[in-house]
Amino acid sequence: MGSRQEILLSSSQNPLTFQQLVLRLQNFWADHGCVLQQPYDVEVGAGTMAPETFLRVLGPKPYRVGYVQPSRRPADGRYGENPNRLFKHLQFQVILKPPPVNVQELYLESLAAIGIDLRKHDIKFEEDNWESPTLGAWGIGWQVMLDGLEITQFTYFQQCGGIDLDPISVELTYGLERIGAFLQDVDSIYDITWVVGPDGRAVKYGEIRLQEELQFSVYNFERADVEKAWKHLGLYESECQALLDEYAAGTAKPKRAKEAIPTLSPKTGERMGHPAFEKSDNSGEERTANSEQRITDRRRFPVLAAFDLCLKCSHLFNILDARGAISVTERVGVIARIRALAVGVAKAYVDQQKAAEDSAPASEENGSAKVEQLSAAGS
Amino acid sequence: MPDFLLEIGTEEIPARMIDSARDELARRVGDLLRRERLIDTPTLQTYSTPRRLAVLAAGISPAQPDITEQVTGPSMKVAYKDGAPTPAAAAFARKLNVPVDSLEKITTPKGEYLGATVKKKGRPAAEILAESLPKEIAGIYWAKSMYWRGKSAERFVRPVRWLVSLLDGEVVPLEFAGIRAGHASEGHRILSSGPLPINRPSEYSSTLAKASVVVSSAEREQRIRKALDAATRTIPGARWREDKSLLDTVVNLTEYPSVVLGNFDPEFLALADEVLVTVMRDHQKYFALEDASGKLLPHFLAVLNTDGDPDGLIRHGNERVLRARFNDARFFWQTDQKIPLRQRVDMLKAVTFQKDLGSYFDKTMRVQKLGSLISEAIRNAGTPVRSGVVFKAALLAKTDLTTELVKEFTELQGIVGGLYAKVQQLDPILPAATAEAIGDAIYDQYKPESMDDSVPRSVEGAVLAIADKADSIAGMFALGLQPTGSKDPFALRRAANGIVKIIAEHKLPLPISKLFADARAEYVGSESARHFDPKVNFEESIANFMRERLKFYLRDLRGFPYDTVNSVLSKEDLTPALTDAENLDYGLDLQLIDPNLKREPERRLDPADWPPLAVDLAAAITSRSNTPQLKSAATSFRRTRNILQQALENNFAIGPFNYMLASAEEAGAVRVMDEAAAGFWALLERGEYGAAIDRMAALADPFEQYFNTVMVMHEHEPVRRNRLGFLALFYKQFRKIADFSEIVTENKSV
Repeated sequence: MGSRQEILLSSSQNPLTFQQLVLRLQNFWADHGCVLQQPYDVEVGAGTMAPETFLRVLGPKPYRVGYVQPSRRPADGRYGENPNRLFKHLQFQVILKPPPVNVQELYLESLAAIGIDLRKHDIKFEEDNWESPTLGAWGIGWQVMLDGLEITQFTYFQQCGGIDLDPISVELTYGLERIGAFLQDVDSIYDITWVVGPDGRAVKYGEIRLQEELQFSVYNFERADVEKAWKHLGLYESECQALLDEYAAGTAKPKRAKEAIPTLSPKTGERMGHPAFEKSDNSGEERTANSEQRITDRRRFPVLAAFDLCLKCSHLFNILDARGAISVTERVGVIARIRALAVGVAKAYVDQQKAAEDSAPASEENGSAKVEQLSAAGS
Repeated sequence: MPDFLLEIGTEEIPARMIDSARDELARRVGDLLRRERLIDTPTLQTYSTPRRLAVLAAGISPAQPDITEQVTGPSMKVAYKDGAPTPAAAAFARKLNVPVDSLEKITTPKGEYLGATVKKKGRPAAEILAESLPKEIAGIYWAKSMYWRGKSAERFVRPVRWLVSLLDGEVVPLEFAGIRAGHASEGHRILSSGPLPINRPSEYSSTLAKASVVVSSAEREQRIRKALDAATRTIPGARWREDKSLLDTVVNLTEYPSVVLGNFDPEFLALADEVLVTVMRDHQKYFALEDASGKLLPHFLAVLNTDGDPDGLIRHGNERVLRARFNDARFFWQTDQKIPLRQRVDMLKAVTFQKDLGSYFDKTMRVQKLGSLISEAIRNAGTPVRSGVVFKAALLAKTDLTTELVKEFTELQGIVGGLYAKVQQLDPILPAATAEAIGDAIYDQYKPESMDDSVPRSVEGAVLAIADKADSIAGMFALGLQPTGSKDPFALRRAANGIVKIIAEHKLPLPISKLFADARAEYVGSESARHFDPKVNFEESIANFMRERLKFYLRDLRGFPYDTVNSVLSKEDLTPALTDAENLDYGLDLQLIDPNLKREPERRLDPADWPPLAVDLAAAITSRSNTPQLKSAATSFRRTRNILQQALENNFAIGPFNYMLASAEEAGAVRVMDEAAAGFWALLERGEYGAAIDRMAALADPFEQYFNTVMVMHEHEPVRRNRLGFLALFYKQFRKIADFSEIVTENKSV
């Protein structure tokens, strides 16, 4: 069914397959000096929440990165029945920090790179400012409209995690499904050709993703265990908060082992201590932590892990929300709690970056220090 | 005389901000040129597109004119001793760089001083402009601005990418946002490429036109209108739906506009018009097409920022988007019917109204009760209202917030509820007309959304809209969140303007103070009340706030003169201090006084509390603006008021008046006045305020006579007291119309 149309489509117009679209964007931005990252492996609601955006835009170091980010929004699921709406959609996310002066021209070139002849289309930049109260983040920008279709969110980030940004970053978020459907001229996301298989048959988006949309809609709307989700949320939150508290205590004054204050978990009443600071103190023989030692401690403190925990909270909140399990009073409160975590992580991250910078040898190039640190942690 | 051109090239400025920023830039440049004496009356051309703001000043001076001014130095006594210049004189000459013997003597009222006439060389225009313009550019107001070069750099609405600043053919070397001005502008993003040199200011518009940019927004509007007309003509009998605000938007979204006509499946016409139009206008910025009877046609017009669509690709793309949107809307509409509104009331518990004011369920309960109280109050005062309709509509009013359609198209809140209420069987026993009325009330609940918007069509809709708004205002004020200065995050002023407008235009007998007392009372004992700010003086702050809103309504919306509005809403009123004068036995049946009012003290309705009354009074006064009648009435009023005020200041007792105590000649004057005032009370009673003002005017002569005959401030206390009592009767009646002392009666020279 429909195979004749596919042949027609591919032979006459030869639009990009879905994965060619991704590859072209990746190549384009790689050519413009972006680190090509892989999707983050913790559930996020938007590419902005991945650490490659949320954390990298903080602090002074220039950075350019591009990555595909599957973004989960449980409440947006439609059991695979709506041709335009998904529980999980794919964003191609680009961060340019600081933005080059020709950032808009670059963006338009990227559209040409995916086969859009702008001379034959109508493109407009319409005011659309972005804001995420949960992340303490906002920016100024546009939705980019192509023949009446919003294809990209273009944002000059102003604040993130409650921190004023300096330098400013530009964030480009391409809606891949929308662009794919536009390029291939199909009315349903599920009809997008993802790739043409070895037998010449088009493998559709629906084949790859429909089942996931259906089952996760069932889970998010009907089956997610509300009580357990609340518990998970509480556990992740308390662990994240404990880490943040400990980091704050560790940076506030010279550290002694005893000062690792155990935090009372609000939900369980369980006492949770974190040994990260203590460990370094115990392993080192000297009790008098000199400033160099403290800087080392700060650098190895798992702020990045705290952020993962914060993301888990956000996702669980979204599931509970989709499940209709969050009352009015709770809702405001939980959003504030997650925001507090995000803001706490951002603050700790900035502080930690500063510590890393302070301790870095003078010869070391600023921009590369962080990358090395991360890749070492990953291996 | 050279021309001056300034163009600020930016990334796309939000459409809604362009016009005012362009005008402000022009004003700033004009003011600067005048201030710096580079021109007396600047002829300014202004231009704007999404990517640029520009202003052209024709024929300015190349430099400031030189000026000669007289500088005053030390006094002659200090400057000369024995006819010879002192060191003080020498120092003065040195300072001005002139020889001592060129100094002159100046005679001033304060004595003789040494002076000098100095010539100041005017500075070149380019120098002044380069120095001052960056400050003017930076000073432009933006509703929202941003950083792009980091926190220590400038803020602007969007990044500035180029500057053109020319004095005829020469660059005025100014710098802003790290950019040096030059000749180079930019053409259309897609239709032109590379920098576009502007040779001279006078060639600005033509050079840009060659690079596919129409720099005049008025011209773009004309082009768009013509293109809309032309595209519409291809559909027989069709016309495009005029929509000025949409037009303004697309004018400011394009540099080189053209129009395409697109079509959609006529099947979608089964969807409600409101939904179709919202999708087209608000989401896609398309113009709708209709036939001669106003019925929507399955076409739309999209305004493009390019020179056309020869391959039909753009039309095809826009049709695709609209189809998806309409499909969504239809899908949502159908999904929503699975849970009728009446089953959605409980779902409102999960929708926050305001964090400290509870959920929309809580609000629904309050508004339902408040609506009942309002219905009762106005019915008791003679306005028919179907309380059942209000009650049911209030219950369902917010349920559409839980529908998919409203979640997707939030601007359709209320409208969707109204439409659903009509298609769903709300209650099997309800007559169809009642269900229709409930739907209409829900549909209109957010009206008026602006001061130009109409008020709800029915009384029931009016009551619901008032109750909803009053509940929000009362809650926010109790929390201490009243608007301050330019800050009004909850749009409470708009809500309050709405209340005033509804009460005034439906002529509802509903005092504002009672409305808010009732609204506030609904919160008593609730969870929200625990968050209330104990420092808030609710009654007073609401009264002041609403008085301002009513003033705004009377002045800005109804166009009543300033002094009239002040006289109607004036807080100054001696009446409360004159209560002693309440007397029911005047020893004479005074025609001034309503004979039915025996035993009941007279109350003046405060127009600030009764908007329809305020409107009527202001209208009566305004209809007599600048007439001798109004002047005479004001004179009569002032006379009584001034004497009574004087009496109050001296702590003189006032009244009660008793005719029997009047002297013979006084009694005559009293009778003349009372006859002249005959039926005054009846005029007030019937709301014939204009006639009442004329009656007041007719009293001017009898007053004159009275004052000629009677010495009010008599030294003998009982006499004075009686006479003051008589005047108090008049004052109280007059004051029921207005505080005429606020009326400006001097003949203004034109």
